[in-house]
Amino acid sequence: MKLLRFSTAGSVDDGKSTLIGRLLYDSKSIFEDQMEEAEKASRSRGNEEVNLALFTDGLRAEREQGITIDVAYRYFATPKRKFIIADTPGHIQYTRNMVTGASTTDLAIILVDARHGVMEQTVRHSWLVSLLGIKEIVVCVNKMDLVDFQEDVFLQIKQAYLEMAKSFCRAHITFIPISAKLGDNVVNASSNMPWYEGKALLDFLETVEIERSSDDHFRMCVQWVDRPISSKWPDFRGYTGRICQGEIKVGDRILVQPSGLYSNVTGILLGEKSLSSAVCGQSIVLTLSDDIDISRGDVLVSAEGCQANEASTVALDICWLRPEPLLPGKRYLIRHATQEVQGIVKEIVYKVNISTLEKESSISSLTMNDIARVILKTASPLIFEYYQNNRTLGSLIFIDPGTNDTVGAGMIVPEAL
Amino acid sequence: MEQLTHLKELEAESIYILREVAAQFEHPCILFSGGKDSIVLTYLAYKAFYPAKLPFPLVHIDTGHNFPETLTYRDSLVEKLGADLVVGYVQDSIDQGKVTEEKGYSASRNKLQTVTLLDTLAEHKFDCACGGARRDEEKARAKERIFSHRDEFGQWNPKNQRPELWDLYNAKKDVGEHFRAFPISNWTEMDVWQYIYQEGIELPSLYYTHRRKCFLRDGQWLAADPPFIPRRESETVVEKEVRCRTIGDVTCTGLTLSHAHRLEDIITEIAASRVTERGGRADDKRSETAMEDRKKQGYF
Repeated sequence: MKLLRFSTAGSVDDGKSTLIGRLLYDSKSIFEDQMEEAEKASRSRGNEEVNLALFTDGLRAEREQGITIDVAYRYFATPKRKFIIADTPGHIQYTRNMVTGASTTDLAIILVDARHGVMEQTVRHSWLVSLLGIKEIVVCVNKMDLVDFQEDVFLQIKQAYLEMAKSFCRAHITFIPISAKLGDNVVNASSNMPWYEGKALLDFLETVEIERSSDDHFRMCVQWVDRPISSKWPDFRGYTGRICQGEIKVGDRILVQPSGLYSNVTGILLGEKSLSSAVCGQSIVLTLSDDIDISRGDVLVSAEGCQANEASTVALDICWLRPEPLLPGKRYLIRHATQEVQGIVKEIVYKVNISTLEKESSISSLTMNDIARVILKTASPLIFEYYQNNRTLGSLIFIDPGTNDTVGAGMIVPEAL
Repeated sequence: MEQLTHLKELEAESIYILREVAAQFEHPCILFSGGKDSIVLTYLAYKAFYPAKLPFPLVHIDTGHNFPETLTYRDSLVEKLGADLVVGYVQDSIDQGKVTEEKGYSASRNKLQTVTLLDTLAEHKFDCACGGARRDEEKARAKERIFSHRDEFGQWNPKNQRPELWDLYNAKKDVGEHFRAFPISNWTEMDVWQYIYQEGIELPSLYYTHRRKCFLRDGQWLAADPPFIPRRESETVVEKEVRCRTIGDVTCTGLTLSHAHRLEDIITEIAASRVTERGGRADDKRSETAMEDRKKQGYF
């Protein structure tokens, strides 16, 4: 069984939490005692039916206000697949949470209220999701029950969305008309919308195949050097990490970046098991034929094909996560793969006006929720791939050395010439 | 290219997180309770660093009310892995006057553990404690980060948790602060059981069906043996075939009536079960936000 991680985004009133509650409820993932609790809480809050949103609102303040503030991870499985949902808020002031939730996902569900159609929020979320490299988008046109399940309404919204998204969105987009509250087309097909011939949401989620990168040159960031120095393993030196691209086999020749030294793989371990090969996603230990200096932060790549990029100056698409502004010239700590270096933003090339998608230049600083293109200079070279090709090697975070907080998220892009 | 199965992907992610903990902290440790989650966590740590030994010790907070089977299991695991073990005793905290024993029929040392835990972490200068908590366990844990910052009082403030993007973890902290790390955050109860089955991991005998003296309280079977729970006259002791789905100490572990002896049968029972794993934990029933309140006090 495989794993699919997806995010859900939408306005507070678009019914996102209800949709998730419905997915969990209808797929029988909500256990008796959780249901009892939600019923009890619903009654004490004066709701008539079970408020399905209560399954996903956890913290006290949220339960009182009735909205989701943070990223909540929900889990369910069908016989076909295991799912992880990153449930994110719709409020503009929590864009940072949405970016966080979406960063680990492969698919995004975007909710649109059938009565209101494409709104500023829809544009913003769609743009963000595209920025984060998500290749599958499912636009759920919700509350179809409130527009009499009319096909015209659905088609108009679909048209408007495609028009809006065509300038920036390279994802595969699927449209599904639903009613999260009543359950139409969420798990079960809707008898109220016979004109819709596509899959219900859960069926789609169970069967969608996420497009994987076609680049299969081996890449692994060294996390930790394993040195037992025991009587049983006196000379063992293994390089540990999680393969983020391609495959590796015993006997393969690899290059270490940035040192430029070559060696051959003599062994691959996963726990006590010796493997003859390992694939993208696996966490392994590699042993090499040469006694060369390799440490955390180095990247092991296939000796064939191109190397990973190395540069101290890179262009980034960033999302600023905190109210304290990004200041060009201020020193930040940059965490990128297993490297940690100091970095300075040399220039804010432009800021994106998320409502109009226009680029604004002559920007002197950025604040929370701003999305911009910047030039970053680091104290030592980053070893990277462009984000569109490899998320692990193309993403980074800004850490404020004064507060220790994670203040920005960046994706490395090819510099515009 | 072949995509990994969900268990292989979860395993790889957890090993990655454990290695990040080793690399980014000075003195990490693994919180060990003898429950299945901390057992799987320890097993994953063993895999992550093999053939080197576990680079950090196991820490057990002993309430004094444990099932003896839990302690036996702990000691034999420590010996098998060649791991270091640090034990903090709640009894010591009581004797030092730092916490007061609860009274009454539903008395438990569960809440008192927090103080002992924080003291033990401070005494040994652990800057990161890895736990086997999962996000699917309980509402308050659904929001938890993988690297969870705790202030100098050991407290968790939901408003101050850092954004966690991609697979990048920010372990920066000031003196006196520490972190909790949760490498199996994305595992569900079923994933844990399936992994135990797949890997042939040995568990304490409590998880398997056995005969035990117990009594019924508020619809929940509790252990009468060992006799740590104060019992009312009306709560008759009977012998039943039971197993534990989740293990706290004796005062807060619910027993499930079961005839499942083999792991496959246990898994089937759980899959069919309509009550969540923690439904059998008396400590969560106290209030709707019980777990959240305990977290704010630095419990887990």
